[in-house]
Order: sequence, then C-alpha cells, then structure tokens
Amino acid sequence: MKYTAKPLPKVELPELRQVGKPLRRVDALGKTTGTTVYSGDFTMPNMLHAKVFRSREPSARIKRLDVSRARALPGVVCVLTAADLPDARLVTDMPGQTGQKRRAGSDAPVLASDVVRFAGEPIALIAAETLAVAEQALDLVEIEYEPLPGVFDPLAALQPGAPVVHEPDNVVARWKIRKGDVKAGFAVADVVVENTFRVPFIDHAYIEPESGVAWMDGQDVINIRVCTQVVEHFRSIARAVGVPHNKIHIQGTLLGGGFGGKEDITVEIFLALLAKHTRRPVRLEYTREESILAHSKRHPFIITHRTGVKRNGRITAAEIKMVSDSGAYLYLSPYVLLYATIAASGPYRVDHLKVDSVSAATNNPFTSAFRGFGAAQAAVAYEQQMDEIAKVLGLDPLEVRCVNYLKTGDRNATGQEIKSAVWLEEAATRALEALGEKTPAPSDAVKIGQGFASYLQSYGRITWFHDTSRAWVGLELDGSVVIRCGVPDLGAGQINSLCQIAAEVLGVGLDDVTIYSTDSALTPLAGTTTATRQLYMSGNAVFHAAGAVRESLLERASKHFEEPPDGLDLAEGRVFVKDDPEQSLPLSELAAMCAAGGLPLANLYLFKAPFTSTLDPEGLQGDVFPDFTFGAHAVEVAVDTETGEITLLKSVGCHDVGRAINPAAVVGQIQGGSAQGLGYALMEEVIVEEGIIRTPSLAEYLIPTAMDLPVTQAIILESGSGVGPFGAKGIGEPSLTPAAPAVANAVADALGVRIPDLPLTPDKVLAALDRAAGREAVGAAACETDDDGSEA
Amino acid sequence: MQPKVVTLNVNGRQHYVALMPNVTLLHALRDLGYTDVKSGCEKGDCGACAVLLNGAPVNSCLVLAWQADGAEIVTNVGLGTMDRPHVIQEAFADAGAAQCGYCTPGMVISAKALLDRCPHPTEAEIREAIAGNLCRCTGYGQIIEAVQLAAERMSEGSGE
Ligand code: FES
Ligand code: FES
Repeated sequence: MKYTAKPLPKVELPELRQVGKPLRRVDALGKTTGTTVYSGDFTMPNMLHAKVFRSREPSARIKRLDVSRARALPGVVCVLTAADLPDARLVTDMPGQTGQKRRAGSDAPVLASDVVRFAGEPIALIAAETLAVAEQALDLVEIEYEPLPGVFDPLAALQPGAPVVHEPDNVVARWKIRKGDVKAGFAVADVVVENTFRVPFIDHAYIEPESGVAWMDGQDVINIRVCTQVVEHFRSIARAVGVPHNKIHIQGTLLGGGFGGKEDITVEIFLALLAKHTRRPVRLEYTREESILAHSKRHPFIITHRTGVKRNGRITAAEIKMVSDSGAYLYLSPYVLLYATIAASGPYRVDHLKVDSVSAATNNPFTSAFRGFGAAQAAVAYEQQMDEIAKVLGLDPLEVRCVNYLKTGDRNATGQEIKSAVWLEEAATRALEALGEKTPAPSDAVKIGQGFASYLQSYGRITWFHDTSRAWVGLELDGSVVIRCGVPDLGAGQINSLCQIAAEVLGVGLDDVTIYSTDSALTPLAGTTTATRQLYMSGNAVFHAAGAVRESLLERASKHFEEPPDGLDLAEGRVFVKDDPEQSLPLSELAAMCAAGGLPLANLYLFKAPFTSTLDPEGLQGDVFPDFTFGAHAVEVAVDTETGEITLLKSVGCHDVGRAINPAAVVGQIQGGSAQGLGYALMEEVIVEEGIIRTPSLAEYLIPTAMDLPVTQAIILESGSGVGPFGAKGIGEPSLTPAAPAVANAVADALGVRIPDLPLTPDKVLAALDRAAGREAVGAAACETDDDGSEA
Repeated sequence: MQPKVVTLNVNGRQHYVALMPNVTLLHALRDLGYTDVKSGCEKGDCGACAVLLNGAPVNSCLVLAWQADGAEIVTNVGLGTMDRPHVIQEAFADAGAAQCGYCTPGMVISAKALLDRCPHPTEAEIREAIAGNLCRCTGYGQIIEAVQLAAERMSEGSGE
C-alpha cells in the first residue's frame, strides 16, 4: 500500500529571531569538552564514603540484625539502621499539592526494620573514612532472615489467599472509567475483537549511576549535591530526617540522564542522614549493579482489550482491563496507573468506554516513573489492537485508524475536550510516506514487515495537582540577561529552551543569556522535570517573566524615543523604533536609564497550570490534563524466520510539537526517545525470577548500541496550537510512546502472526512461527456478534 | 598488597602516584581530578570511561593503573578546552550530539581514535567505532552526524 501525506491545515507562525532556530545549546560545549561537572565528580575535604547494606531476600522477616562488628571496624564512622530513625518513610509526592490520599502503610521505609519486601531493599547505612573500609564493613553486617511466602506475579497477588505484601490486601490502586453505554455500544457492533498484551519490567539505564555528596554547614543546613529530577524532594527528606524544611538544601547538578528513574528519592536521603549523624561530608555513588537493584523499574502491564467495531472499522464500544505490577512499595504506581487508564483507548473517539485498572503489590522490585508513565504501556496495547481489528475486518490499518481518530473539539476517554490541533492523520501519513516501499527480502527465510502506531500523550501534570513553576528573569546593566529557575536539566535541553525563550523576548543573542538552575534554595522553585512539563510550565514562567522586563524596558524607551511602546522592538541587544531602526539604543544604555529611574529590571513570575478538582472515582469524567501531543511512528523490520532475529531497517517519527523552540533538540528527542521505544520492543527486559533480578548489570540488561538501530528520521510538524510558550507542545515522553507498538505491528506484518508480549526476542519469534504453523492468529479472538452482542 | 609507585602521563602532565595494584586506571584518573573520565559500569560494558592509551582507545575501568605505567594517556579534556575546543568536541556541540553528555567524553575519545586511523569513515565504520560506547539519550543519530562533521572539517582544515 502506498501512502501519501495528508495536506496540513494552514497555520501562520510568526517569524522569530531565536526561537525556532537549531542553535547550539548553551550546555553543549561544556559537555563535549569534559568541562561540565556531574554529581559524582564532587568531593569535599574530610569526606566520608558511604555504602548501603541491602536485602538479598525478596520476602523475609529480619530475625536478627547485628551491626556491631561493622561498627567496630577501624575507619568506620557511622552505621545506621532503622532503629536509629523511628519510622522514616519515603514519599515521592508533593505534600499539600496533590490533594490525593495515599494508601497508608505502603510507602517505603527509608530502611527496613522487621520485614523486607524486595531483594535490594536498604537495611543499613555505613559511612567510613575510605570506600574500601565501607565495603569491608558491608561484609561484617550480620543478618538472619526468616523467609516469608512471597508473591511475584501481579495476577497471583490479586487472588484470594495470596501472601499480602501490605495489609489489608495487595490492591494498591484502582481506577475506572465509565463513559457512555458500553452495553448499547457492543449491541450495535458487527464484530468484537479481544486480545491481551503484556509488557515487561524495564530499566532506565541512564549511563550516569546515582551519586551525590552532602554536608552540614554553619547554619545547620544539610546541603546535598545530587543528580535528581526533583529538587523539591527537600521537603520529604526533611520530614524523613526530622528537620524543618528550611534545613535541607538540594543543589541539583546537570543529570547524566533520568527518564523517570531519578524522579523518586535515591541517594539523597541516605546522604542527608549520614551527614546529619556524622557532621562530616559524605559521598555515595551507586555501582551499576546497585543502581539496577535500587531504583524503580517501568511497570509491567497486562492489558486486555475488547473492542466492538462496525465493518468499516468504527469503534462502537471498548472494554479495557489493565493490571500493573507495583512491586514492593507504592511510589508513583497509582499515578502511573491513572495515566495508563486515561490513555487506554488511545487517540480514538470511543463514546462507550469502560476501563478497569488495578495495580498489585508484589515482592518484585518496586516500579514507578519511566518516560511515558503508563501511557507508553497503554499505547503498546491499543495500537496492536487497532492492527488486529484491521486484520479481522480485512481493512488497511491506516483506514481503521482514520475513521476513529480524535479531532479537535472531540472528547477523550475522560470526556475532556481536546482544544489544540489533532494532526493524527497528517502525522501517520507522513511517517508512512517517508518509510516508502518495502525493501525487497534478501532471501525466502527473511520476511519484511512495516508497521506504524499513533498516540496521544498528555504533557504537563494532572491538573488537580495544582502545578506551578516560577522563574526569575533580569537584565544586567551591561545588557546581558540572567535567568534563575529551579528546573533540573536531564539532558534534553530544558535549560537551553528557557534561554532561547528569554533571548527571544528580550532581543538578545543566546550567548548573552546565563541561567542558574536546579537549586532548591537559591533558584525559584520550578517543580519536577517529569511529565513533559518543563517547557510548558517553566517555559511559560520564563516567557512571562521576560515579558514583564520587556514591558518595563519598552515603557522607558517609549519616553526616550517619544514613540508608543508597540512602535518599538528589541533585537540584537538594542531597542529600536520599528519604522526607523536607525533610531536605536543598546540595551545597556536603556538598562542604565531604568536603573536611574528606579524602574524594575527583573521579574519573578509564577506560572500556574489550570487547576481542577479531583474527579469522581466512579467514572473519572472531567478534565485531567492541560493538553496533549499527537503523532506517529513507523518502522520497517526484517525478520529472519530461521534464527528469529529481527533487524530494524527503517524508522520514522512524526510529531506535532506545536512549535519547535530548538529544532535540533527536538530531533534529538525524537531520535533518542524512539531509540528507547525500539529497545523496549526488541531487547529490553529486566528478568525477575522469584523476586531476584537476573539481569544485574549492563552485560545482561542490554540496551541498544550504535549497531542495533537505524537513525530515526524525525519529521517535525508545527501546529502552533500548544499551551506552551509560542504554541509549543511537549515532546520528551511522546517521542518514545509510539515506537514500541510500531515495531510490534511491523513484526506481525512480516510474520502474519502476532507476538503479544514484549520484548520480541528471537525465541518468541520462533515459538510464534511454530504455533502459527498450527493456527492462524495467536492471542486474537474475533467473534461475530449476530445475537445481541452483549457479553458486557 | 603493597602500594606501587606508577608514573601516569596524562594529557601531557606527569603524575607519580602510589597505588594499590588492584586500582583501576579509571579510579586513578578520577582521583587525580580527571573527572571527565566517566564511570558507568566499571565492567567494560558502557565505554563512558574510554581514554587513549598510547593512541589506542581503551576502557580505563578494564585497565589496572600500573599497567598504564609510563604510557601516554589522553582523556577528553586533553583534546581541547572551552576556549580552544578540539574539532571533534566542537562538532559534537554543533551537531547536538551531547544531550545529558555523560557518554560524551568516551564517545569523543572513540571518535578521535577512529579519525586518527581513518580520516574519511563510512557510517558503518563510525557505528563500529562507537559500538562499545552506550548512549541512552540520543539514539546515536546526532553522534554519527557529529563524527561525520568532524571528519569533514578536519579534511577541510588539512587542505584536502
Ligand atoms: S565504566 Fe568502563 S566501560 Fe563502563
Ligand atoms: S548523551 Fe546521555 S548518554 Fe549519551
């Protein structure tokens, strides 16, 4: 089938001077010359080295814990156990902000006391004069366990009689969507298609393991230099350590990758405790193995779709069930599940929808945020389901999608009206067109397949979280610009975008802007770098702060030039009269005039997302997100039917980013995000057996290398319709979401049979081919609804 | 175990250090302040710790410090600075090849080793040269472009 790009609606985007240009990022040269300092690079005079003693058992009672020999080892300065910190718990939440009740008792203790619930759970902290001594002391900790029955499968965990991880039962979160009349919807369906899909645990595998250093200062403030996505954890840390909020100071560094894995508290709580107890600087850095053991994983999901469709592909009703494995502790599981629930039916208009989702506690590694945050798992299922529907109906996969795609003004699963542009067909046809004709197969044993996936993904946090961001922008007297904003930069270019926005508004070059960021005490708090929210939230904060400075500059200049402010403009470091650009002044002179007149040259702006109240849990109908990003990814694969090996031949991502603040950085997001999605589809899996991770290092946990992937062709669309600055939408998470289901669909196209479980490893390919020899479709059941169709 | 005095010639500077025989070159270099040499796995899986040892790229976590006694060691900061970046460092910056930047010093070292022996590499040769350097951020596209850009600029610079 040949596809041609659907023409784009006409949009006129204003020509800008800094925004929209693929400028070299402000952080680029520091990184490429090795000048940038990461959290693991800091040391302090008189510093101690820390180690964490962790559980080897996934489910056990601690019968005896004796740290006296470890304490006695010369060079050991401090050993802490749960006995030293009465009931300290870790909560990744914004106290007072979410209005959401957390399930009592399922938040992780800082250190386990009587029971351990997963292998890797921290039990004791050691600080010693040298790393070698700290490591030696680890071996001297004596522990005796009494194994307890564990539960390692989320479905088993939900069965009556299963071992209970946290009282009263293993259900840690539940959501449901009730929209329309599902029974009536199924009654008018011509066909009902039902399938179940699974996705595995995966690891963020940022190349920088967690690390940090902490020290107490002369005001009794615990300073923590750490790589984190959330400097605002200082509040949770203060609570767990037992000091006032204003005695914890997080000095965040540029991150060596985060992807959600540095969204929960990692080393910083241990550093804070040891610094407080020893009153000496302490350094802690995880090895790769400890990193894999200690931080969250992406939630495995089991997702069942039952979809009623007309012969033309129109969806009449859908019933979706989701089960996620929350692992041993709650962390962000309820919210990940919520995102998955809301994204469950994809970018399609489904008027009659029922979604039931549940997250189960197990004795597996705990799961939490990972780029895509549940919505990525949902997409793996809904996009495979769309292809299965097409197959059952004998229609083209694009055709089935086109009759169902949401349009601007339609309502999504929670009944929220989509107000921005929805260029789903535009994106899908462009991705498919770029993919081109199928590559001829080199031999009979090799099958070529093509597939694509569409998606919707929210950007910005849940609106009942009452999200805010602050930024301070000021003009110095020499005409240079300073931004202060607490944004953590994970590597995606968060700080650079803010600089480009300020440069645009204040008419200076990118080199004229300096940003101070990521400090919980010295930079205005900008919230978390999660949920694809920073460009939207902090981008708007900087836009408005810079706008206020601009206004005050133009007002002063208007007096000077005797021109109305809107007859003036700022560019290239000067203010000038639009109609007569010869009449101009350097910003430094204008700044001096303002200073002499006592006029403000700086502004602190608080940007607020729309605030809504929580929804009725009985149906979740109402507004949940500020807006959504839409797009598509298409791939071509070659499957060797003799070895089961899958080779990616082509990859194209096409996304409407609203407005690309820095197109080169957007390309980087599309290529890098999709690479994670492609790895998710083909090779990545944290293998967990009876609670024990069998892929403990990067030798076993494989992520794509330069030999594994084609370069993803990035096609950027700009509708200008987003709620970010200059009409931008978010692209950080969306870039990943459609890649994995696109691969699954391409492999199914090549083989004529679907493998419903990621990752698509060679052994699964061979097994599927064997099964297919007996039967046509695996995991797919389609039934004609000639009766009333009301199995609902 | 007894400490051993070794001579580490790093980026043109000589260091005499007493080290235990089991100390890796990675740790020795980082302790000397060459923190541009990154640690990502300490098992040879990620390439973040790559340095040039007598011109050849090695994972410094797999080399014991005493094995590098007397050898010429070059780390990323030895190639250039913010003021005078090496062509490869500049190309990486221009091509957007550094996102988080944690893999970058190792990538630049692998690229340097490649371009030293093969000034006009094909895409396949570039991929092979960086196959031991994991990057979780970029999907490798802009890194490959950066190496191509550096190769072009180097051949222009050498008047070819
Ligand atoms: S740290 Fe040496 S290869 Fe990873
Ligand atoms: S840029 Fe982050 S790992 Fe390569």
